[in-house]
Amino acid sequence: MIRVSGLHKSFGEVKAVDGVSFDAPDGCITGFLGPNGAGKSTTLRILYTVMKPDRGSAQIDGADVLTQSLEVRRRIGTLPHGSGLYPHLTARENIAYYGRLYGIHRSELDDKVEQVVRQLDIESFADRRTKGFSHGQRTKVALARALVHEPKNIILDEPSSGLDVMATRSLRDLIRQLKAADKCVLFSSHVMQEVAALCDEIVIISRGQVALHGSPDEIRSLTGCEDLEDAFVKAIGRAEH
Amino acid sequence: MFRTLRIVFRKEVLDNFRDRRTLLSALLLGPLFGPVIFAFAINLSLKQSVSDASEALDLPVLGAEHAPNLTRYLRSQNVNITEAPASRQAAQAAVESGAHDVVVVIPPSFGAALAEGTPATIEVIIDQANRQAERESRRALNALNAYSQELAAMRLSARGVSPLVMRPLNVDVVDVSTPSGRSAMLLGMLSYFFIFALLTGGMNLAIDTTAGERERGSLEPLLCLPVSRDRLIFGKILAACLFMALSLAISLTSFYLTLKFVPLEKLGMTPNFGPPVALTAFLLLLPFTLLGASLMTLVASFTKSYKEAQTWVSVVLIAPTLPILIVSLLMVRPSTELMLIPSLSQHLLLVGLIRNEPLNNLHVAVSVIGTLLAGLLLAWLCARLYRREGLLV
Repeated sequence: MIRVSGLHKSFGEVKAVDGVSFDAPDGCITGFLGPNGAGKSTTLRILYTVMKPDRGSAQIDGADVLTQSLEVRRRIGTLPHGSGLYPHLTARENIAYYGRLYGIHRSELDDKVEQVVRQLDIESFADRRTKGFSHGQRTKVALARALVHEPKNIILDEPSSGLDVMATRSLRDLIRQLKAADKCVLFSSHVMQEVAALCDEIVIISRGQVALHGSPDEIRSLTGCEDLEDAFVKAIGRAEH
Repeated sequence: MFRTLRIVFRKEVLDNFRDRRTLLSALLLGPLFGPVIFAFAINLSLKQSVSDASEALDLPVLGAEHAPNLTRYLRSQNVNITEAPASRQAAQAAVESGAHDVVVVIPPSFGAALAEGTPATIEVIIDQANRQAERESRRALNALNAYSQELAAMRLSARGVSPLVMRPLNVDVVDVSTPSGRSAMLLGMLSYFFIFALLTGGMNLAIDTTAGERERGSLEPLLCLPVSRDRLIFGKILAACLFMALSLAISLTSFYLTLKFVPLEKLGMTPNFGPPVALTAFLLLLPFTLLGASLMTLVASFTKSYKEAQTWVSVVLIAPTLPILIVSLLMVRPSTELMLIPSLSQHLLLVGLIRNEPLNNLHVAVSVIGTLLAGLLLAWLCARLYRREGLLV
């Protein structure tokens, strides 16, 4: 369960996040949608505590991002934008390194790593060094790394960018599996179709503010547009003026 | 606390060992660079100074027929009188072009002047800008001066005057430099090579901690882990220290082996560089690893990319030379205050060690503690910087 209330964050003159509030409940896929530079990544970075908000607050399962940042990081699995791996380590070693840092006990580590390796279907290249992996393979390993400690909340920053059709499909399957396991999934994107195909809730953000928030059907009726992409453009347009 | 540190440390060590190319350059190039340069420098100075008196000097003399006694004397002084250029002009041109190092010109009037007892002129053509000819010309001049003195003594004796009136002073130079002391001058530059090798060993890891992780995109996910950033960075700094120590050990060993093949005794040096000295040097330099690793990490954390970091960190490689250079120029003796300056204190201790002087315990303690404290301060600064938000961009 992720709760965001009144977040503000500026970089010099630029207001990157300007009063963003929304909830992302458990067992639900929440899409965080907005054009480039709308403040998506900054909001997510505040959620996974690598940045501090100027004002406002956010809680993950009740743990505050400012005062209980270690607890917050324990409760989430993240795929930051452009997640890199260690090229000289194998996929399995990359995952195990994170597992150790998440505090997984040595006796459980191998099992947990094996579990995500199977869950993400990366057995065939799990013992190869990640140098030279395709973008799809790298994303899978980065996801496995983020899920190895079985977090309750999963935050993904544009996970599908640059993926081919097959990889995008398996990513969607994975996200649905996570939902079925009653996890709270929050992922950002700038592609409406993708969000529409997957999400239960959509938060549209523009210029650092929430322009619209609701289920796909609610958004259609609120904007009066049958097509979600038109609705997206309309919602953003409204915020731009 | 130590669990995270250990996890990070082990991963960095494994990662670095797997990166063969970088490892090779760090652990071979740095430590081998020193011995090669050193052997080269020694051989060069051997060529310059060793051959000397034992070897006959080939001396072209123009107009030798005008001074048969002089030529006989020169031959007795282990000088080979050789064919000279045909004329004085030719002789001058030959020295100018470097064909001859030195040419002696005896004018036809030489014999007559000697017989009259007026100063007989001899010309010695040399090129003082030519450093290589310095030794040859000095030997020629010394031989001629000696002949001149001998003639003067004979003239005085012939007049019933003791030749000793010509020597009111008897200047004796007493050289107190021990063979070890002389070698220390040359071996003084060793300390910089060791520090250089030490620093290159951990350079790659120090850069990787910030600029490398950022460029690879692995920094942000790493910072999302439920561990404190201090521990991440200390783990990385410690791993860099390990590789620095490794590089230092390789460097010391390769020097020990190189010295066995360099004929230092020919230079009158008996280098005191056996295994016990190498081990002591290792221990004296060990505290410098923390300082080096932290300093490089700190410098790299300000840069935007791996390449930029490499440029700046290379500057750090030169930094330890500055105090050494200044002190070498000023010929400062070791003092307790100087032991507070990292790199300089190690240099001074090492020079003393090679000179076979007993180690001053207070100096060692001040050097070790001072360097460690400076290292800890910089590591703390690194941790402070690692906490910044701006780290990501």
